[in-house]
Amino acid sequence: MASLIAGGVDCDVHPAVPHLTSLLPYLNDYWRDQVTTRGMVDLVSQSYPQNSPITARPDWRPESGKPGERLEDLQRHVLDAFQLELAICNPLYGVQMVFSEDLQAAFCRALNDWLVKEWLDRDKRLRGSIVIPTQSVEKAVAELERCAQDKRFVQVLMLVMGDTPLGKRALWPIYEAAERLELPVGIHAGSAYHNPPTAVGWGSYHIEDYVGQAQAFQTQLTSLIVEGVFAKYPRLKMVMLESGVSWISPYLWRLHKFWRGVRMETPWVDRAPLDIVRSNIRFSLQPFDAPPEAETLIRLFDHMQSDELVLFSTDYPHWQFDGQDALPEGLTPDLVRKIMIENPHATYPRLT
Amino acid sequence: MNIQFRESQEAASPLTVKTAIADCDIHPARATRTELYPYLAKRWQHHLEIYGVHAYQGMMEGPPYPKAQPNASRRDAYPPEGGPQGSSLSFMQKQLLDPNNVQLGVLNPLNTGQGIRNHELSAALCSAINDWQIDKWTSKDKRLKASIVVGNEDGLSAAAEIRERAGDKNFVQVLLLSRNVEPLGQRRYWPIYQAAEEAGLPVGVHAFGFGGNPITPSGWPSYYIEEMVGHSQCQQSALASLVLEGVFERFPKLKMVMIEAGFGWAPSLAWRLDKVWQRLRSEVPHVKRPPSEYIREQVWWTTQPMEDPERREDLFDVINWIGWDRLLFATDYPHWDYDEPSRVLPAGVSEANREAFYLGNAKKLYGIS
Repeated sequence: MASLIAGGVDCDVHPAVPHLTSLLPYLNDYWRDQVTTRGMVDLVSQSYPQNSPITARPDWRPESGKPGERLEDLQRHVLDAFQLELAICNPLYGVQMVFSEDLQAAFCRALNDWLVKEWLDRDKRLRGSIVIPTQSVEKAVAELERCAQDKRFVQVLMLVMGDTPLGKRALWPIYEAAERLELPVGIHAGSAYHNPPTAVGWGSYHIEDYVGQAQAFQTQLTSLIVEGVFAKYPRLKMVMLESGVSWISPYLWRLHKFWRGVRMETPWVDRAPLDIVRSNIRFSLQPFDAPPEAETLIRLFDHMQSDELVLFSTDYPHWQFDGQDALPEGLTPDLVRKIMIENPHATYPRLT
Repeated sequence: MNIQFRESQEAASPLTVKTAIADCDIHPARATRTELYPYLAKRWQHHLEIYGVHAYQGMMEGPPYPKAQPNASRRDAYPPEGGPQGSSLSFMQKQLLDPNNVQLGVLNPLNTGQGIRNHELSAALCSAINDWQIDKWTSKDKRLKASIVVGNEDGLSAAAEIRERAGDKNFVQVLLLSRNVEPLGQRRYWPIYQAAEEAGLPVGVHAFGFGGNPITPSGWPSYYIEEMVGHSQCQQSALASLVLEGVFERFPKLKMVMIEAGFGWAPSLAWRLDKVWQRLRSEVPHVKRPPSEYIREQVWWTTQPMEDPERREDLFDVINWIGWDRLLFATDYPHWDYDEPSRVLPAGVSEANREAFYLGNAKKLYGIS
C-alpha cells in the first residue's frame, strides 16, 4: 500500500446518533412530545443495517451500541491512528426518510445541534456537514444559513437518492446559498427510499442497494450537469461521498458523447461535461472499487487526466479496507499528498 | 453518428471491398401502423383501435422524453418509397447491408409487445412481431436473423413463445429490454432464462423499455439526454440483479448480451460487485463465485454506442479488462447515434482482435457458420 502521511484530512467519517432519544434534548417541547407520545422509533436506514458487515469494520465495531457512536473510538481508530489534521463528520442518521417537512426540519435542526455539542465541541480536529430538510427547499435554506454561522460547518449534506434528481431547478436556492456561504455540497451514498433504489425497480437484497449507489451517483451527475447548476453557480463545488471512483471516466466518456450529440436540448450547458467535473466535482477515496493491483490503479487515475478529483476518506466506521490500508496500491507520493492534504483544502474553503 | 456516416459514404469508392462484419443491433420498423394486423386475431386488432397498447407510461403514442430526431433515427434513413426509417428492406440493403458488407445482421425490433400492462395483448403482439420478422425480413435476406420478442412481464407465456420458436433458424436470440416492472434477476423472469437455455439461445437485453419505475433512483429527470445516458445505469442495475439473484448460477449455460447500453462501465461494475460480495456474501449464499466470473463467462456486449474518450486509446484498457472475445460490433441502424463501422476502433488493434470484434465473436455466439 502507498504510505500515509501525517496532517491529512479525512473527508468522510460517520458519527452515529445512538438513538432517536439522543436528539430529545435538541427538540422543542412540541416535537419532544410528538416523538414520545406517538412512539416514534429510531431512524435507522436500510442503506446501513446496524449489523451488516459493510456498516462497521470488525475491529471498529463496539461491544455494544452503534458503530461510530463514541468520540473516543473515532479518536482512537481514525484521528490518532491516521495522524489527521481534520475530519469531516457526515451523519447518516435517517432523517431524510421522513416525509413531513415540519418533522424533518425539526429532526435536522436537532441533528445539527447534536453534532456541534457532542462532537465538534469535544475535539478541535472535527468539522461538520449540515444535514438539511429537503422536503422543503425553504426550510433547507433556512437551516443551512442558521448552521453556516458556525464556521466549523464546512459542507451541506444530501443523499444521492432522494425525491427528485438533484439538478432540478426547485432545489437551486440550496445551491445558491451553498455557493454564497462557501459550502461545498456533499452528496452521500444512501436513499430516502422515496423512490425504488434502482432505476429498474426494487431489488431483493441489501447488497443490491449498495452496489446500486454507484449508478445513483452517475444519474445525479448527469442531472446536475445538464440542468445547468454549474453554469448558474460556477463557484459551487460538489463532493460525491462514498460513491466509488472506478466508474467515473467511462461514465463521463458516455455523457460527453451524448452531450455532443444532443446539446441543442440543453444549450445553457456552456462547457463540456468533462471540464465541469474537473472544475466543480470531487470524489471521496473510499470505497475504492477497483482490483488491488497497482497497474490497474495507475490506468484508472490516468483515465481521469487529473490529480485533483479524489479526496482522502476512511469512511469510518464502514468496512472498506483493513488495518491502515486506506490508500490503494500504486499511488505516488505526490498523488498521496494531493489526495490527503491539498485536494481537501482546495475543495473546502472553510478548512483553512 | 449520421453526419460521419454521410461523409464516409462520399469518400468510399464503390469498388472498395470491405471486410465482412456482423451488425448485432439493427432495428426494423413497421411501414404502416397496421402492418402487424395480418398476424393478430381480430379481437386484438379491435382492442388496439379502441384502447391502444396501455403501456407502463402515460403517452398514447411516442415517448415522454421527446427524441432528438424523429423516431430517434437518422434523417438520411427515410426510405424513398415512404414510411419511417428502418421500414424498408431494399433501402436497408442499399444503405446498410451492402456498403458495409454485413454478413450477419441481428434484428432487434423495438416498440413491440413489451412494456405493456395487458399481458395477453403483450403475448399476442410479440408473437405477431416474430411472424412479421420472418415474413418481411429474414425469409427475404439470409444475412438477417431475428430475435424472439417475448411478453416480458409474464414469464410463462414468454417461455411458451420461446419453445414454439426453438430450432427455427430464423431466430438467433431471445430479446428483452433492460427496464421492466422489476429488476431482471427477479424470479418472475426465470422461465424466460430456463427456456432460452434449453433452446440454446442467448438472451439479448437491449437498453430501453418501460416498467413504470423512474429512470433514476432519485425520481424522474427532465431531459432526453438524461434518459439516454440513464440507460447505461439501468443496464448496470439489471445486470447486478441477474448476478445477485443467482440467475447465472442457476442457468450455467445461459448466455446474455448487453445491447446498446455501452460497455465502458462493465469492468467497474464487476469490480464493485466483487468487492461488495466479499463483504456481504452471507446475504446471497446462492451466489457461489465472485460476480466478475459469471460476467466474464456468460455475458457479451454490443459495441454501440461506443464510449468516446478524449484519448481514444484509453478504450483499449477497458476492452482488455472485458476481453476482446466478448464484444459484438453493432451500428444501431437506423438510429441517430449510429456507429460507423470503419471509424469505431482506434488504430493499433491486432488483426485477430479486429476480426473477433467485427465478426468472429458474433458468429460464434449466434452459431452462424
